[in-house]
Amino acid sequence: MARFLLAVMIVFAAGLFLVPRLARADDKYIVLASTTSVDNSGLLKHLLPIFKQASGIDVRVVALGTGQALDVARRGDADLVLVHDPDAEAKFIGEGHGINRRELAWNDFVIVGPSADPAKLKGNRDVLAAFHAIWNAQAPFVSRGDKSGTDALEKRLWKAAGLDVTKVGPWCKDIGGGMGAALNAAAGMDAYTLTDRGTWLSFQNRRDLTIVLQGDPRLINRYDVIELNPKLHPQAKLGLAKQFADWLVSPAGQHAIGDYEMAGQKLFHPEADAKP
Amino acid sequence: MGDFGNAVGLALAPMLRGDPDLYAIVRLSLWVSLSAVAIALLAGLPAGAALAVYRFPARRAVVILANSMLGLPPVVVGLAGYLLLSRSGPLGRFGLLYTPGAMVAVQTVLTLPIVVALVHRAAQEQWARHGDALQVAGATRLKILPHLLLIARRPVLTALLAALGRAISEVGTIIIVGGNIAGVTRTMTTTIVLETSKGNLPLAQALGFMLITLSVALSGVAFAIADRKDSRWLDFCSPS
Repeated sequence: MARFLLAVMIVFAAGLFLVPRLARADDKYIVLASTTSVDNSGLLKHLLPIFKQASGIDVRVVALGTGQALDVARRGDADLVLVHDPDAEAKFIGEGHGINRRELAWNDFVIVGPSADPAKLKGNRDVLAAFHAIWNAQAPFVSRGDKSGTDALEKRLWKAAGLDVTKVGPWCKDIGGGMGAALNAAAGMDAYTLTDRGTWLSFQNRRDLTIVLQGDPRLINRYDVIELNPKLHPQAKLGLAKQFADWLVSPAGQHAIGDYEMAGQKLFHPEADAKP
Repeated sequence: MGDFGNAVGLALAPMLRGDPDLYAIVRLSLWVSLSAVAIALLAGLPAGAALAVYRFPARRAVVILANSMLGLPPVVVGLAGYLLLSRSGPLGRFGLLYTPGAMVAVQTVLTLPIVVALVHRAAQEQWARHGDALQVAGATRLKILPHLLLIARRPVLTALLAALGRAISEVGTIIIVGGNIAGVTRTMTTTIVLETSKGNLPLAQALGFMLITLSVALSGVAFAIADRKDSRWLDFCSPS
C-alpha cells in the first residue's frame, strides 16, 4: 500500500513543483470588468504594461459583454468597469452602483457581410436603410443576443428602422455569444452581422466577410470607464481603480490609446478626436 | 492535412522556443487540475472504499448520488460556484472569485463524484470476493480499507485518470469562476476558447494538440508507474 501511495504521490509531487507564481503577495491589483472588444482587439494588452510601469498596479481583466460586465460589478466582483452601452450605463449609475463615468475612447461599428452582398448594402451609408434591405431580402444575419453593448445597439437600430425585432424570420440567427463567436458564425454561414471596428480589424477568420457598410454617425461606439460607488461597494479597491481610470483619460493614457495600431490602422480614437 | 500539419508546427514552435507565456498557461492548467484531483482523491479514496465496506442507513442514497453526479454539467457547477464565491454570495468574503483557488474548488466538486463512484464500484467487487478472508484474518474494517484499495489498484488508477481527464479538458466551470484573466487564471482550455473567439483558429488548434498530447502523456506516466511496481506489490502486499 505504501508503495502505491508513493506512486500516486510522485505524480502529484510532479504537479506541485509546477506551482505557478500564485503565492506572490501581490495585493496591488484591481479586477477590471471589461467589454470584450477592448480586450480581444489587443488594446488592453497594449495599455496595461504601460500603466503598470507608471503605477506598479496590476490590472486583471475579466472580459465579458457589457451587460454581463455591469452585472459582475453590481454583485461586487469587480473594482472598475469599462463598457460601451450608454443606456445600460445610465441604468447602472441610476441604480447607485456607478459614479464618475468618463469617456476614454471611441471608434465605430460597421456591418460586415459576404462579398456577394445579397442585400446590396455596399455603397450605402444609411444604417437604417441597410437594416430594411436585410429584412426585405431576408438575408442571413447573425445577432449577438447576449445583452452586450453591440447587441443593445443592434436592437435599437431595428427599432429605429421601424422593424419589430420580435418578428424576425429564421434568416436572423440569434447565437447568444460574444463578438468573436458572432463573426465566426457569420463567416461560417455567409451572413451579415454588426461588429465594432476594433474586433473586426483584429479578427483573423474572415473567410469571405468584408465591410459592406460604414460611416453612419449612428454607428459611433463610445467606451466609458465607470468607477464604483463606495456607498454600495465599500469592499472594492476604489483607490487603485480610480488611479487606473484617471490614467486612462490622462494625456499619457490617451496618447497610448491613440498609438495602438494593427496592420497600420488605428483601432481606437482617443476621446478628444473629432467624431464624424 | 495541411491545417493539421500547421497546428502541429504552431504547437511545437513556442514549445521549443520556451515561450514563457505558454509555459505559464500549461503550468497553471496542470496545477489546477492536479490540485483538484489530489483533493478529490484524498477525500474520495477513503469514502469510496468505506461505502463498500460499512453499512449505514444513507449508504445507498450516497452511492446513487455519487453515480448520478458523474455527469454533472460543468456550466451548472460553474454558475453555482460563481454565485457562492461572488462578493455578494455566502463565501464572498474569502475573495476567491477570479483566482486559481476558485478553479481548484469547482474542479474538485466536479471530480469528487467520479472518484467516489468508480472507487466504490471497484472496492465493492473486491469486498465481495475477499471480504470474508480479510475479516477472518482478524483485520478491522478500518484496516481493511487500504487493502481493498490496493487490491483494486487498477480500477483506482482508472478513476484517477478519469478524474484528471475531466479536470484538464474542462472549460465550463473554470471560465466562469476564473474569468480567463491573462497570466492569472488563463488555462489551456480557456485560451482555446479565447483564441477561437478571436478567429485565431491555427493557434487554438495548436493548443488543442498540446492539450491532447499532455493528457496522453499523463496517462502514460501513470500507467508506467503502476506497471513497473505491479509485480513487487503482488509479492509483498498480497492480502490473502
